[in-house]
Amino acid sequence: MTELLHRAWPWYLTGPLVGLVAVGLLAIGNKQFGVSQNLRHLCAALVPGNIPYFKYDWRRSGLWNLVFILGVVAGGFVGGVLLANPHPVAITAAAVTSLATLGIRDFSGLVPRELFNWHVLLTLRGFLMMVGGGFLIGFGTAYAGGCTSGHGITGLADLQLPSLIAVISFFAAGAAASFFLLPVLVSR
Amino acid sequence: MTAYFVVGVLFGVVLTKGELVSWYRIEEALRFKGLYLYLVFASALAVAAPGFALLKRLPARSLAGEPIAIPPKVMGRGVRYVAGGALFGLGWGIVGACPGPLFALIGAGVGVMAVVCIAALVGTWTYGYLRPRLPH
Repeated sequence: MTELLHRAWPWYLTGPLVGLVAVGLLAIGNKQFGVSQNLRHLCAALVPGNIPYFKYDWRRSGLWNLVFILGVVAGGFVGGVLLANPHPVAITAAAVTSLATLGIRDFSGLVPRELFNWHVLLTLRGFLMMVGGGFLIGFGTAYAGGCTSGHGITGLADLQLPSLIAVISFFAAGAAASFFLLPVLVSR
Repeated sequence: MTAYFVVGVLFGVVLTKGELVSWYRIEEALRFKGLYLYLVFASALAVAAPGFALLKRLPARSLAGEPIAIPPKVMGRGVRYVAGGALFGLGWGIVGACPGPLFALIGAGVGVMAVVCIAALVGTWTYGYLRPRLPH
């Protein structure tokens, strides 16, 4: 039984549940599923400056989403710590071979520990990957007006063309980053 | 508000148990070495698309009593979707996590992801600052 609870979920359980979360938020309070909006809400709440983009009633439009994301952090603890999968991730053999060319040998845990830890943060590689990567995520999602959830799920499920354009763009750029930027960064 | 917290917990568990927070899973997909992430997206949309259509067509209201409507995204010249999507994609490919998983990973004990989140906040703030000068 515990083995069953700790095992990774298959796509046909994971995907429909993600869809259900989006439908659930709409049904509960007419809310659009979209995580990156929280970055805007947090800026509006903490350091709005004199910037019009951050001058709005974030409590009224965004408090529900901040509560939602607090739940996501708690859910991450439940799924990633209490029910942690003790086995290495079951990616395809082709993916293992491909990532091995980057020097990745350890496939246990959720992220490669040699790339994402506090010590590496103080190196050029770590700084570029974590601070540079994070900056691009925050800037890009705000510019595009959504991320993998807001465009990739909500927008696509509502058949919105702008979301399709954003999704194609971020998948193409993500592939380019994985093929061309990662090898340069990881070798630093 | 409790309901949103509960749905958030469910989403956090799905993200971690479904390995959507896994750097390896994301890179597997972005290097076109496996179908997992694509199957997750396809099956999520297979549930969400008919679900949305049904909720919008029914004369139903949300549990909170509001009429159900999804505001359409403004196309404009479309620059924001291409350029913003590309910049986000570059960060996604490097970090191997999008905004939802970033938050879930903090809860899952990868504390250093808090730094990535703060960097993302700085990125969003910078967008807000530059917004009047950017093409949309």
